Amino acid sequence: MNLSTTIPSSDKKTRAPLPWGGWGVRSVALAYLAVMLIIPLLVILRDGTREGLAELWRQVTLPAAWHALQLTLWTAAVMTVINTIMGTLTAFVMVRYDFPGKRILNGIIDLPLAIPTLVTGVMLVILFGPQEALGAWLKEQFDFSILFAPPAIILALLFLTFPFVVRSVQPVLLELDRTQEHAAATLGAGGWTIFRRIIIPPLTLPIVTGALLSFARAIGEFGSIVIVAGNIPLVSQTAAVYVFGEVESENRLGASAMSIVMVAIAFSLMMFADYLRKRSRVGSSKELT
Amino acid sequence: MSITIPKVTSPLKKLSNPVPAWMARSREKWVSWVLVTIVIVYVGLLIVAPLGALTLGAFEQGVGAIFESFNQPFVLISFWNTLWISLVVVVVHAIFGTIVSWVFVRHRFPGRGLINGLIDMPFAVSPVVAGYMLLLLFGRNGLFGPLVEATGMRVAFAFPGMVLATLFVTMPFMIRELVPVLEAFDTRQEKAAATLGASSWQTFWRVTFPALRWGLIYGITLTFARALGEFGAVLVIGGAAQGSLMTTTLFIYHALEERQYIAAYSAALALGLFSLILVLGSDWLRSRKH
Repeated sequence: MNLSTTIPSSDKKTRAPLPWGGWGVRSVALAYLAVMLIIPLLVILRDGTREGLAELWRQVTLPAAWHALQLTLWTAAVMTVINTIMGTLTAFVMVRYDFPGKRILNGIIDLPLAIPTLVTGVMLVILFGPQEALGAWLKEQFDFSILFAPPAIILALLFLTFPFVVRSVQPVLLELDRTQEHAAATLGAGGWTIFRRIIIPPLTLPIVTGALLSFARAIGEFGSIVIVAGNIPLVSQTAAVYVFGEVESENRLGASAMSIVMVAIAFSLMMFADYLRKRSRVGSSKELT
Repeated sequence: MSITIPKVTSPLKKLSNPVPAWMARSREKWVSWVLVTIVIVYVGLLIVAPLGALTLGAFEQGVGAIFESFNQPFVLISFWNTLWISLVVVVVHAIFGTIVSWVFVRHRFPGRGLINGLIDMPFAVSPVVAGYMLLLLFGRNGLFGPLVEATGMRVAFAFPGMVLATLFVTMPFMIRELVPVLEAFDTRQEKAAATLGASSWQTFWRVTFPALRWGLIYGITLTFARALGEFGAVLVIGGAAQGSLMTTTLFIYHALEERQYIAAYSAALALGLFSLILVLGSDWLRSRKH
């Protein structure tokens, strides 16, 4: 109703695709990103390297720090292997088979994204805690304690990252052309051969992307791990919990050094995942500008 | 030129099914049931069992104990703190997230690829590191320390710091929801509106914004759910936030440390249920829309 009937100026016509997309909007957006993201990242880089790179390296290789870093990396790696296999299998089952409860399963897959990680930790403590049924039974029968040990870390990470591989593989699997599988079956290939030679190759990229995301997410996890694994140096202390401990005891250099290592790992993994995603998009459709 | 086909069919037939069709089908079925069972057992043990354990743990001493624990001085205050911090975060991200996504999709500028990678950083950067960054900026000897002292506003160990920390951690959600919607949006509608004499502001509100509505709704629910559950960053920047300064996650952490298990479990259950309802609700809206 408010549209004026005057003929638009030629200036407006040429700028039509960017109605209010001038320099003003762009600077607001970039300023917001700079304040929220870039300055904090640079500050930590500056703080960790102020005594030189040798000192940074010394801080990271202190026994407790080095152990925390190793523990973080190997638990994340174990989680990634399990999650990749089970995530791919879950996506395959969800796309290819019909079974009762499929819709419920589909909903459950997203639950870890909705549940706060601290709550995840609390859940696992209740389930496996020494005074609780399952935890007590495991301790009695096998002398195997899950809490305050690496298995708890792996379990918590598996819970948190479950959706990543599934949701990365599922859409690609849905769009997969099945005529190739039929052709292979007609030529006498068995189910396993078809799976390995026809289905898996186009899924490699989404599987790797999902695995990278899980791994990157796992490196920084804190809320659930501090609950299930506690803060025991040289036993169950992960890198994130180590940073927390160093901040508490006001060892700025140690906290900054470990933070830089974690940010560097996260950044390179995210960049690599981003590169893979871009490559897969270029490969599948040529319409990308 | 004539191609003889008959010869091809016979070897094909011989190769196609070494086992009779019915047997192949039953084997296929057997494999499918094994795979489905593995997945259901895995998901049941990994995700459903812990959820059930939390529910049972909270109700262990009856509903009365839950209400009693909610009557403790700081439980309700902590719920309230979490709620308003999350609301502030959602509003800020709804506004700036839209602007950033807009610039990102419509503008071409140097460094765009790098920024694309950086936007996802909060997803991978540890919340503890995020909180620590803010501490380095606003803490006692921080970079912005003098500024903070001059204005007299406390950021570290106070609510502004907690809001900033939550803002950092929830950064990608809104943008990642909006960018694909904006990319799919046909700019011809905007051009038509502009040709008909609409001002750029009118074009945005009447043409672009309605198209973004669903992306905004999903972005808001995801941001909100993530903000409600933020712990690590808030713990570091909030320091030993006690009493009325606690958010729900901080309350749960302290309650666990003080061995007030029922209080911790019920608060965790309430927080988990609230985020679940949010996310499942938006999923439900999405499925109804399509």
